[in-house]
Amino acid sequence: MTGDTVLQVRNLAVEFDSIDGTVHAVNNVSFDLKRGQTLGVVGESGSGKSVSMMSLLRLIAEPPGKITSGSAVFLPRNGEPVDLLQLPKRWLARIRGDRIGFVFQDPMSSLNPLMTVGEQIAESVRKHTELQGSVCRDRAVELLEHVGIPGAAERYNNYPHQFSGGMRQRVMIAIAIACNPDIIIADEPTTALDVTVQAEIVDRMQKLTKELSISVIWISHDLGVVAGIADVLMVMYGGSVVERGEISRVYSHPRHPYTIGLLGALPKLGAAQKRLVNIGGSPPSLFSPPRQCAFAARCPWVFDRCKAERPPLFFATGSHSEDPSAHGHVTACFYDLEKDRRRDPDETGIDVTAFEVGQQG
Amino acid sequence: MIDRPYVRVDELTQHFPIKRGVVISRKVGAVKAVDGVSFTIRSGETLGLVGESGCGKSTTGRSILRLYRPTSGRVLLDDVDITALKPDELREMRPKMQMIFQDSYSSLNPRHSVAKIVAEPMVIQGEKDGTKLRHRVQELLDLVGLDADHAKRFPHEFSGGQRQRIGIARALALNPSFVVCDEPISALDVSIQAQVVNLLAALQRELGLTYLFIAHDLSMVRHISHRIAVMYLGRIMEQADYDELFRMPMHPYTQSLMSAVPIPEPSVEKARTRMILKGDVPSPARPPSGCVFHTRCPFATERCSFEVPEPREIRDRHAVACHNVDDVFVGSQIEAQRSAIVESLESAAGEGPDRAFASMDTGA
Repeated sequence: MTGDTVLQVRNLAVEFDSIDGTVHAVNNVSFDLKRGQTLGVVGESGSGKSVSMMSLLRLIAEPPGKITSGSAVFLPRNGEPVDLLQLPKRWLARIRGDRIGFVFQDPMSSLNPLMTVGEQIAESVRKHTELQGSVCRDRAVELLEHVGIPGAAERYNNYPHQFSGGMRQRVMIAIAIACNPDIIIADEPTTALDVTVQAEIVDRMQKLTKELSISVIWISHDLGVVAGIADVLMVMYGGSVVERGEISRVYSHPRHPYTIGLLGALPKLGAAQKRLVNIGGSPPSLFSPPRQCAFAARCPWVFDRCKAERPPLFFATGSHSEDPSAHGHVTACFYDLEKDRRRDPDETGIDVTAFEVGQQG
Repeated sequence: MIDRPYVRVDELTQHFPIKRGVVISRKVGAVKAVDGVSFTIRSGETLGLVGESGCGKSTTGRSILRLYRPTSGRVLLDDVDITALKPDELREMRPKMQMIFQDSYSSLNPRHSVAKIVAEPMVIQGEKDGTKLRHRVQELLDLVGLDADHAKRFPHEFSGGQRQRIGIARALALNPSFVVCDEPISALDVSIQAQVVNLLAALQRELGLTYLFIAHDLSMVRHISHRIAVMYLGRIMEQADYDELFRMPMHPYTQSLMSAVPIPEPSVEKARTRMILKGDVPSPARPPSGCVFHTRCPFATERCSFEVPEPREIRDRHAVACHNVDDVFVGSQIEAQRSAIVESLESAAGEGPDRAFASMDTGA
């Protein structure tokens, strides 16, 4: 894994105005994305995982949405670092689809039904690169072949409805990689697909992005899919990051009660379990401003401090002998599950502006 | 447990005609949604019916309950052939067999209160006593873990998981013995899925229910089923008891399905043996000749393209519809594939994370 960072997000907060009040959809989200790295973002519906990533490129409706604070510094391979949240819209349009590609959940509604799939790929090439005329067409055919569409040259003239779900998603991937971007944001790209097709798409995405050393932000609700593809995992709940760290570390040593519940709620194919872990209750309302831990109402380890203030991020594995930041594993919990006791009131959280996440070794 | 099938499905076929023409409509073909499906479910047990979208698993569930009129075949519920029943006889049978739907948004009337929704089956069956109805509604809401004062509210006031509980309460209103659960959890979040599955399992123990549990998620089906049937394009490919199926998946399709299910364990998920199928599921309007799976099967031989394999009991209570599983040459390749997939799965079972989670159970 290479060391340099392509995206540095700090203290991102997003609100939505609604008739019933202000929805605090994203609170204080910070993370780093390294070149060639895949970041898995996991959470339930309404946890803010999609909104936080979409708001980076201002793809949320404004109004009612509003980015109230934060910065998102994008460091492209060749070019100056820019803060995406400060850029004028017309500059953003140059970055979207060129330096940062997208793959959405529902390819049928993100592809234009009145345009051939080949044209849609060629359009992206024409708009963002120097290429002109029939060269764009050749490039599009090449991309279709690259994502594994048989008979690419003939398929160029097909419309989206003539493709199956898995093939449409492959077309989306072709568009996303068309300009060899720095980052691809994949928002639940396999949720609408059958498992056998999903396995194929995951496999292909993984090969392509490693080959071209593209960083990926893979948003999903499925801890199984993410386990296979991500290098770093970020768990979101109620609009905040609750746990984050190198993937195998988080799965083997989950240190936030919500992550623990989520992993326990999954049935395992290989093992027989008597009963799945129940996380009682339901996800929090996001109307109230974030003054307490969002998970407090459902947490078995809850105590009075959790309801009085919002937990910052702490290092999850904090034995005195080893460097606590070694795994880049952090958790937003006042209860230290590593030592099985409450944290000292004077133990301070991590200064996210200084600390880089996902560092290994 | 009595070793007698409570539900028996024999060669069930459900074809939907494809019609052309507006004024004079003529039949130009048929979608063979279900094509000769047979299975039995013992009393108090669960049969998990698994398959990808469009394989006919939901249609099977619906034709068994006579929500469609089956094209041919028989369905026996407690030794009564329900495919032959007249409409009024069928209504008498309805209380015994109920259904839980996937989409709780569209299966609950948004203009009816919860009390009215849950009481409706009883009203249709002729219960007029208001006090009795109210009592029963309270009892049912309590059974599925909802508060008594929820009865006055409307569906939009509930979360997805709670709405699914309302659907379950309605299905149980008439004291059924057989419930078809049509993907009851696929629309829910993971943590809520576990709640609903645990509830369904508890209700089965308590009330002695027999389930047909339809799902596309093999791992969830394993968790709740006693027996599992794998469907592909209208036919059952393999059928066995749950632990047998996961230890000995013999059909190449079952193997590919098992190897495709994501495992929440990074070390395993990144290293496991996968069998990735090429292409997509063919259209059920033009199913392939011979074995319907032969177009995607890596082990297909010439015979597969013209001769339909009948399900054969290869091991004890384990039926497979494949020509080649016991073939000397191809069969050993399939066997090698099987052991590779199962082994990589079992390594996931052995090495668990250090979750001291026994205490983590806050739910009812």
